Amino acid sequence: MILKAFKGGIHPSDKKEHTRYLKIEDLPAPKTMIFPLSQHIGALAEPVVKLGEWVKVGQLIAMATAFVSANLHSSVSGTVIAIEPRMHPNGSLVNSIVIENDDKYTVFEGVKPNKSLSELTPQEIIKIVEKAGIVGMGGAAFPTHVKLSPPKDKKIDFLIINGAECEPYLTSDHRVMLENPEGVLFGCTAIMKALGVTKSFVAVESNKDDAIKTLIENAKDFNGIEVVQVETKYPQGSEKQLIDTVTGCKVPHGKLPADIGVIVVNIDTCAATANVIKTGMPLIQRIVTIGGGAINEFRNFRVRIGTPAKDVIDEVGGFKTEPAKILFGGPMMGIALFSLEAPVIKGTGAIIALTDKEANIGKTGPCIRCAKCVDVCPMNLQPLMFQMLGKKDDLVALENYNIFDCMECGACAYICPARLDLVQYIRTGKQKINSSKKKGE
Amino acid sequence: MNLLRVSSSPHIRTNDDTPTIMLDVIIALMPALIAAVYFFGYRAMVVTIITVASSVIFEHLWAVAFKKPTTIYDLSGVVSGLLLSFNIPVTVPLWLPVAGSFFMIIIVKMCFGGLGQNFINPALAARAFLLASWPTAMTTWVDIGTKLNLFSNPDIISSATPLAIIKGGVHAGATLPSYLNLFFGGVGGCIGETSVLALLIGAVYLLYRKIITWRIPFTFIASVGVFTYIFGGSTFFTGDYIYHILAGGLILGAFYMATDYSTSPVTPMGQIYYGIGCGVIASIIRLWGGYPEGVSYAILLMNVATPLIEKMTPPRRFGKKRGN
Repeated sequence: MILKAFKGGIHPSDKKEHTRYLKIEDLPAPKTMIFPLSQHIGALAEPVVKLGEWVKVGQLIAMATAFVSANLHSSVSGTVIAIEPRMHPNGSLVNSIVIENDDKYTVFEGVKPNKSLSELTPQEIIKIVEKAGIVGMGGAAFPTHVKLSPPKDKKIDFLIINGAECEPYLTSDHRVMLENPEGVLFGCTAIMKALGVTKSFVAVESNKDDAIKTLIENAKDFNGIEVVQVETKYPQGSEKQLIDTVTGCKVPHGKLPADIGVIVVNIDTCAATANVIKTGMPLIQRIVTIGGGAINEFRNFRVRIGTPAKDVIDEVGGFKTEPAKILFGGPMMGIALFSLEAPVIKGTGAIIALTDKEANIGKTGPCIRCAKCVDVCPMNLQPLMFQMLGKKDDLVALENYNIFDCMECGACAYICPARLDLVQYIRTGKQKINSSKKKGE
Repeated sequence: MNLLRVSSSPHIRTNDDTPTIMLDVIIALMPALIAAVYFFGYRAMVVTIITVASSVIFEHLWAVAFKKPTTIYDLSGVVSGLLLSFNIPVTVPLWLPVAGSFFMIIIVKMCFGGLGQNFINPALAARAFLLASWPTAMTTWVDIGTKLNLFSNPDIISSATPLAIIKGGVHAGATLPSYLNLFFGGVGGCIGETSVLALLIGAVYLLYRKIITWRIPFTFIASVGVFTYIFGGSTFFTGDYIYHILAGGLILGAFYMATDYSTSPVTPMGQIYYGIGCGVIASIIRLWGGYPEGVSYAILLMNVATPLIEKMTPPRRFGKKRGN
């Protein structure tokens, strides 16, 4: 049975056929690895290594400085050659630790398997996740230990594992479900234990029938895990929409999933959690889909975090044609790169090189009020108003039209026949409101 | 450092843009145009071509006069021209559609800011303008099969539209065409409104291509049906609602005019209220008003109410409970 999705949404061509059958391959790490200190939502991590120091695989190189922050570990062994601002995927210069890879991959002595899951207490599991620097690997990179520590007064009823992977091109989660179903389900069980829940749903979009089959077979060996098939529709992988689809409950605006007793965790985050419990190895690599019409070869790679984009692209033989845009993440919510110097970080699920034709940039026209944006908005907003009011700088009206409900999924801009950059208007509007409030204080 | 092109997400777009939407509307109007030529003869085509060409030319001249990039390639001028020609009788003198196009494009559309900015339906506003200015020319209907001269029609024997016959009065004694005649076409009326079948073929195409949704046309037609069924007969609940749905400009108006993007609400609930409002006003005019036909004025009146309707019907934000 396929669970019917939330209201609204779009059906872009999913483009997953190129990579869904490609096995995950290990990508060799290059000579120079770059570790930005901000790979997560929250405070910058603080370096704990010195210039010239020799570090090993899995060794802590930067420490979380706040509760909402995350540890950072080296993914190679080698020498710290610089701690300086480097290009971050988001386009700004961020203080980064640069390590020269010695190609020996000497593993840090501290990396040791943990106790078996049945012996671990919930607090110990959260501590392990925290120390390993695990963050939400669906893209937002919210520190997972924070998510696993909801306020005491909020009772969590169940866990949803997000295997929707609704972005076009992306198959990294799909391959993880196929190749490591045991890891996903083990991680899921560990997180259930940490949260103290007995029921969890692994929600997978119906276009990944093989992954669903594999997970259902493997789930027989685990307690309380139900695999559910959800409608293929963008943005199914959005937290609030997925909860709506799976449970029929809507998270009230301004509230978090924990407020209605649900926690949502990404597939690859589960696999990473399983890995750290079983082997002790912190989060040092992730699965990245390489794709797009301009890329020479489509691939699914296991990439060591810190590998610059240009080294990944060189590995597949560069570009077939001049790319119009190079993205980290999917084409709907990913970020366009300024430069190929930027490294793969914890939240990077894909590197996509789009051709002009795929990017379909086109000419912007006036809004024709076709109301398609209103029909597709999964948050029931009126995106055309953000454009109109944004142009007029009417900040009060923007807020009255609930601009802060927008999660910037891009469905409106995708469907817009006038090719208006609606998400850009929304982001600008939010920033203007925030800065005007700051001034007012 | 070699910098790449960046922009805000999303990085892919659907293939449908404004010109392809307009092209879809043009395609959807073709069956009705073919039906018009079949029933009214080649003069229907001549009137249509003149209306469309003059609309496009006026839009281009506006751009030239104000030294702005021309907007004719978005094809909206072609759509407006087609719709205006569908709303005038085939017998009009050939300068009349040009006057209509001028009013439609220059006054109603471009003066208010062009595509997407006009507050009333350009084609219907132009029709109202023509009807007020040249009432005789705009209400001279002919029987199907009458041979029409291109430049002068001195001896037209005017006939009545079905709705005028229902209304009684001057045409007392004329016989009503059958339902089937109304459905397949071949009754007196404007160029585009003669064949319900042809209009429905286009409407199905528009719904299939998701250019329009069901909300406005279906509520419009259903409310005309319900209203005329209740109040249209000599006693309550005896009205000939099928006749009211099939006759006149209702199908053309409901699927092609009331759904005009710029002048209809963008909110889903608003579209439903708007459709019902159109249906009720059209029925009131038809049953008790001075005109036999009320669809175009109903749409124009609801156009003006659109901003208000939109304000009153914001979509319920995600996660908000009913009633608070």
